[in-house]
Amino acid sequence: MKLILKNANLINPVQNLDLKGVALLIEDGIIKKIGDISVKESNSDRTLDLSGKYIVPGFFDMHVHLREPGREDEETIISGCDSAANGGFTGIACMPNTEPAIDSAEVVQFIKKKAASHLVDVHPIAAVTVERKGEVLSPMAELVEAGVAAFSDDGTAVKSASILRKALEYLKMYNLPIIEHCEDESLAGGAMNESINSTLLGLPPIPSVAEDLIVMRDILMAEYTGGKVHIAHISTKQAVEMVREAKKKKLNITAEVTPHHFSLTDDAIKTYDTNSKMNPPLRTKDDVEAMIDGLKDGTIDCIASDHAPHSPEEKEVEFEYAPNGIIGLETQTGLVLSELYHKKILSLEQVIEKLAINPRKILNLSVPLFEIGEKPNFSIIDLDEIWTVDINKFKSKSRNSPFHNRLLTGRAIGVINNGKMFYNGEYLNL
Amino acid sequence: MPLLSRHLLGLYGVPKEDIQLILDTAITFREVLDRPIKKVPTLQGKTVVNLFYENSTRTRISFELAEKRLSADSINFSVSTSSVSKGETLKDTIRNIEAMKVDMVVVRHSAAGTPQFLTKVCSANIINAGDGIHEHPTQALLDMYSIREKLGKLEGLKVCIVGDVAHSRVALSNIYGLKTMGAKVSVCGPSTMIPKYIEDLGVDVIYNIDEAIQENDVLNVLRIQLERKAREYFPSVREYANYFGITNERLEKSGKDILILHPGPINRGVEISSDVADGMNQIILRQVTNGVAVRMAVLYLLGTLN
Ligand SMILES: [Zn+2]
Repeated sequence: MKLILKNANLINPVQNLDLKGVALLIEDGIIKKIGDISVKESNSDRTLDLSGKYIVPGFFDMHVHLREPGREDEETIISGCDSAANGGFTGIACMPNTEPAIDSAEVVQFIKKKAASHLVDVHPIAAVTVERKGEVLSPMAELVEAGVAAFSDDGTAVKSASILRKALEYLKMYNLPIIEHCEDESLAGGAMNESINSTLLGLPPIPSVAEDLIVMRDILMAEYTGGKVHIAHISTKQAVEMVREAKKKKLNITAEVTPHHFSLTDDAIKTYDTNSKMNPPLRTKDDVEAMIDGLKDGTIDCIASDHAPHSPEEKEVEFEYAPNGIIGLETQTGLVLSELYHKKILSLEQVIEKLAINPRKILNLSVPLFEIGEKPNFSIIDLDEIWTVDINKFKSKSRNSPFHNRLLTGRAIGVINNGKMFYNGEYLNL
Repeated sequence: MPLLSRHLLGLYGVPKEDIQLILDTAITFREVLDRPIKKVPTLQGKTVVNLFYENSTRTRISFELAEKRLSADSINFSVSTSSVSKGETLKDTIRNIEAMKVDMVVVRHSAAGTPQFLTKVCSANIINAGDGIHEHPTQALLDMYSIREKLGKLEGLKVCIVGDVAHSRVALSNIYGLKTMGAKVSVCGPSTMIPKYIEDLGVDVIYNIDEAIQENDVLNVLRIQLERKAREYFPSVREYANYFGITNERLEKSGKDILILHPGPINRGVEISSDVADGMNQIILRQVTNGVAVRMAVLYLLGTLN
């Protein structure tokens, strides 16, 4: 089929490409022409007028929890991919804390097979240790061969310095990172950030130093072994400062931040809203400012949602008993554009770096190019659309978001990848 | 004059007029309790459920008695926390209870915020009888009542809360209530038992018990939890008793007459020495009776609201 996208703005920082109001011809799933399209060429099966809209490299979320296998009532691989497409993402990496965990080639193949025909690319992340127990290394070589993008015991940090050292050394053979959920086990187990609010609410506190200790351990271990560590969902001011220093020393340290950690503080918990309960917890205003500074100066490489679906039965309970996590695939682009782009913290190029380019670089994946002969991998962005978040319109199977009814400016209106387009809520084969 | 809120979830943000009204109303009910016939028909036809997820016989009996003295129909619903994990959710439980047409729910739970949660899923008036380490407003109200009864006022008094402030719902409610009523509040205890940001609430922190005795008009001494988990916060019971226990020797040394409260039951020889405890019998018994009167006042004010 023949698709024409006309009057679009085309931006791709890796190619230094910045074109205004051009047309794009896609035929049989391949980019055939960029620029003016002659009258002769303009008979197409479908033409979209993208006046004022932006075509950018497809966004990639490197921290997503799909609940399949294990909790298909909360999210399946397909519903998670639909949610990603609806949020403007053409690729995701999924965390291994499923049941069973992603610690064998069989589970990797199971996930890849389920996602094979979807528009959204799914890159499984394997557990560092068998069953994420922190005791025995997972079969890493076999998992690499099966095609995992990284390793993580997310939900917890790799349990001991000793096993972390071995994992980092082993993975040097494959140049893959360990993604770390940084939290000291002996200080874990609270329900919210330790602050004046935890005292006011009488909730058991998680001190920020619980995160800082493991960030420091991991930086030291990355330096010692020469291995690659990616800090997941960074949330404290101290942690950002440590990553900044590590980068000055040219260590193999990268970091991501979630939209909730740069847009909300623990004030959101004042009504005991379990949809504001996550781990790491929402922190203070000072920490939020540190996230913004880290994003600005490049200390924080990318933005990831930590999309964590939970059923209403699990979340509609006493705050202390509720599980951690919120869904984020369908609010992420809007929050980034509203809170970072429109507030002039990041330029559009920087937004694209943090949402599309850097996550792929960290995972050694190729970055989409806008060239003739390439397969299109795009997100189509409307920077100025004002819209209200409605959890009931999500493609995700779950509804646990603290952003319901929030007014946002800017959203992804479509995505193209794997020979498919998702636009206006519909899939179309190209 | 009605109360501002239709629930009593805590004393945080409760205005002075409301606390004043509760305490003044309690005086009337305190008189009722001294009569031969201790019953008034005020809440006849109202149903109150005492929903207790934690075993607290004292608080439950106090509420139950207050309900009976007001002629309300009261139902006890005790759930052991061990059965919660496999049993029905709190939301289901409260929906079931609500279907029985109850007017008020008195709730005690080990998880902070449970009373707030109930206001979202049920339409009855909710009274917090203690939630986790958050608040225990009726305990603080009865403490304030007892102080006022003994010293004639709250405004301008210096009150120190002594003990494990970080893990006490009584402490937080007392801080809010007393400060609203114009008292000057401080806390005293081992530094591991003082919440990190407590000074932001406008209270002073004292680490020396003699200083606390010297500088205050009232000590509200909290019960120290002796379970293993709580024990992580101080080296030994002996050390606690030696450095923070209230003893006759310390009181005599101070040379002043200080009012001592304790929510009970006392760990004799730990937070309060045996000889001091003996001398406190009367005020402790008065506190128990005052507790019923204060709870009657709260039930009455909320129960006649709508
Ligand atoms: Zn995590």
